[in-house]
Amino acid sequence: MSNNATKVPTSAPAAAAPVKKVNLSMKQYGMVLALIAVYVIFAVMTGGKNLTPINVNNLIMQNGYVIILAVGMLLCVLTGNVDLGVGSVVATCGAVAGTLIVDFGMSTPIAMIASLAVGLIFGVFVGFFVSKLAIPPFIVTLATMLMGRGICYVVLASQTKGPLPADYTWISTGFLPTIRVGGVDMISVIIGIVVSVFIVLSELRSIATAKKHGLPIAPTWQLIVKDAIIIGIVMFFFYKLGAYNGVPVLLILLAVVVGIYHFLTTQTVAGRQIYAMGGNAKAARLSGINTEKVFFWVYANMGLLCGLAGIVLSARNASATPKAGDGFEMDAIASCYIGGAATSGGIGTIIGAVVGALIMGVLNNGMSLAGFDTNVQKIVKGAVLLGAVTVDLLSKRKKG
Amino acid sequence: MSEYILEMNHITKEFSGVKALDDVNLKVRPGEIMAICGENGAGKSTLMNVLSGVYPYGEYTGDIVYRGEVCKFHSIRDSEAKGIVIIHQELALSPFLSIAENVFLGNERKKNGVIDWTATRREAQTLLDRVGLEGENVNTPVNALGVGKQQLIEIAKALGKKADLLILDEPTAALNDRESAQLLELMLQLKAQGMTCIIISHKLNEISYVADSITIIRDGHTIETLQKGVDDFSEERIIKGMVGRELTNRYPKREDCPIGDVIFELKDWNVFHPDDAHREILKNINIQVRAGEVVGLAGLMGAGRTELAMSLFGHSYGQKISGSLKINGKEVNLNSVRKAIDNKLAYVSEDRKTYGLVLIDSIKFNMTLAALHSFFSNKGVVDQQKEAVKAEEYRHLINVKTNTVEQPVGSLSGGNQQKVVLAKWMLTEPDVLILDEPTRGIDVGAKYEIYCVINDLAKAGKAVIVISSEMPEIIGTCDRTYVLNEGEIAGELSGDEITQEAIMGCIMAHNRKGDA
Repeated sequence: MSNNATKVPTSAPAAAAPVKKVNLSMKQYGMVLALIAVYVIFAVMTGGKNLTPINVNNLIMQNGYVIILAVGMLLCVLTGNVDLGVGSVVATCGAVAGTLIVDFGMSTPIAMIASLAVGLIFGVFVGFFVSKLAIPPFIVTLATMLMGRGICYVVLASQTKGPLPADYTWISTGFLPTIRVGGVDMISVIIGIVVSVFIVLSELRSIATAKKHGLPIAPTWQLIVKDAIIIGIVMFFFYKLGAYNGVPVLLILLAVVVGIYHFLTTQTVAGRQIYAMGGNAKAARLSGINTEKVFFWVYANMGLLCGLAGIVLSARNASATPKAGDGFEMDAIASCYIGGAATSGGIGTIIGAVVGALIMGVLNNGMSLAGFDTNVQKIVKGAVLLGAVTVDLLSKRKKG
Repeated sequence: MSEYILEMNHITKEFSGVKALDDVNLKVRPGEIMAICGENGAGKSTLMNVLSGVYPYGEYTGDIVYRGEVCKFHSIRDSEAKGIVIIHQELALSPFLSIAENVFLGNERKKNGVIDWTATRREAQTLLDRVGLEGENVNTPVNALGVGKQQLIEIAKALGKKADLLILDEPTAALNDRESAQLLELMLQLKAQGMTCIIISHKLNEISYVADSITIIRDGHTIETLQKGVDDFSEERIIKGMVGRELTNRYPKREDCPIGDVIFELKDWNVFHPDDAHREILKNINIQVRAGEVVGLAGLMGAGRTELAMSLFGHSYGQKISGSLKINGKEVNLNSVRKAIDNKLAYVSEDRKTYGLVLIDSIKFNMTLAALHSFFSNKGVVDQQKEAVKAEEYRHLINVKTNTVEQPVGSLSGGNQQKVVLAKWMLTEPDVLILDEPTRGIDVGAKYEIYCVINDLAKAGKAVIVISSEMPEIIGTCDRTYVLNEGEIAGELSGDEITQEAIMGCIMAHNRKGDA
């Protein structure tokens, strides 16, 4: 009660100050810094092996599916739940696509549509149980985890289906055309520059909006440092890609998926409804939000993204295997929590989940390059998840 | 041994540089009931948390002298060992455990480290007798009891800890009048047995009735202590101490505003219990409200007022709902909350934290939540520009005390939270507003502001329905009131006819009719 006053960070007089300055919260960017730190640590440990163009390229290709799943999982986490069936559904979707191509001679587009459809069917199935029948998602998705794995084995008759044709694997292994100048692809560099310019422009726009409404702005030097770091990462990344084979097709796919869901969660009514429901379902319902419908679509959507991840994974392996996707649900869930999402729901961002997925990816990749035993890798990943969430929660508690 | 059982001397407690308590002194005589009054945020609960060891020794400065001995409590256990027991506003009962288990929760009757169930049940029964719950079976799970009885279980639990100084923080906030009266009688009874009590309450009539002395706290300072029989104990006198000025009128004057046509008309409304299709909760309710009118729904707790509002608002309560509802002369079927909002009905729930707000999100987020679909979006994309402008406008309009609309509502005081909920529903541009306990648990100043908003809404030609358990509130704000009792309209009063006696009279007459 009486300590209310202490919770207000700035107590500048309401109307007097034209522009309020508020420091950037380190918490918001802490995970990006952690990502850089992890990458640098492994650069030192591996003697720069993780800095090579081919390895930067591999980071994208190896982690594409985790990013797609983390995006879908974030919506589930926002409702205060998770989807445990993800790994099995991914495998089943890939299995269906692989079987259609290898055994039935279907074309690539049909196989891909079939994969997405199978994913969506799983999603609708889960959505029906969790929303209409109000069965806890933990139970329903535990069931799809078991059922999906079984179906996958049945579809593949416990065998690996392959090889998949080049037009199918293109999505995960292909590159955009290149224009090389001195061994570096200029298209990559140009895309890097375009992204950097876009970052600067959107920063300027948000400053203008904040000024217009008298909202607080961070000090200029902080904004410059922040944007310089982000642009530095972007240019480093695209330069390395240019020095290898150019921009992977998968990167474009990821950019589109992340872009769509970032927009959905931050700019649309639907996104708002997910946050409101996760924050307080009863209040959301009495505010006219059809929480059943929101719940249904969140899980249906997760299924659809599993279908997409199924394509990406089987394309990367050029085959569909019954063991594919094992443990993917845990990678996706961990990404969301490392990226700052709350287990209680209502808190978390798409960008956070993507950064979380990248931290996991850089860790995996770095540890492999440094020659860590796979069992040790699991120990480290577990510790990182626990550490990230502990730091997050403790920092919140101090403020309260 | 001195004249006082408890002396708190020069207590100062800071929260990161802000003094919540500043040189507070409190003296309690043995066997008296001491009331602590103050507005929300004055420091009442902080003081009690210092006393009970929630804020351990060292986090505050000053002395606590209990029974002539300087005490340094490091936790609640320390203070309980001395016989000081605090009962918080939020009940600390475990819903699925039995009465007996709850009474001895954290204080288990043990024999060689194993729970002695015979002793637990026997002693629980004795304690139930002492708090007037002789009829209850100690094996009943507490969630089967009403909130009034649960409050009594809390007291039994305190007695089980051999309390001789009992602190009650807003004990009657969630109770109806009958239950409150029962609780107050129990306090007097315990006092007769030698118990010392400290009570914190916003209900000043109860305090005047039960307290022997009243200490008033304002902005972290002790202002004065009033003694029964020596000082004036009237509500006006207490409020003057609390707010530091004479508050001549607790209800803003209803300016004459033109009363228009009937825009809300409910006919033969029947609702059955959601879990029991044979239990009729509301019977043949007929209500009419005109534009520009403020109409009350008075009644005891459990009369069915909230159930009525919820059943109207998107059929959010009950089943087998029948009857007709006309808004602006048009028959509407509001079987979803969205339809209710679209048909210009708004419902401000009695429990803002559970049903009104998303506490982790910002003021802006909450204000625009209900109107997002209709007024703040274009083809499903949120118009953030308009949102920011409107939220800012309403922050000023209804005076939410904060620097920015980006602040999470969870960090606001109760009064400011309630204003955010009101703004949220005003932004849906309703014609009919149902306000359920609009001033529950908020301080006198914020109440006044809320009443002003109600008047402004009426002046703007809205039909306003106010549900309240505080009869003075109905009397002070409403042009007309319906009295609800046991799911039926027991009477209708208007203008000067609305008095506490008349409202109670309607309820009594209706009860007699039911018995006959």
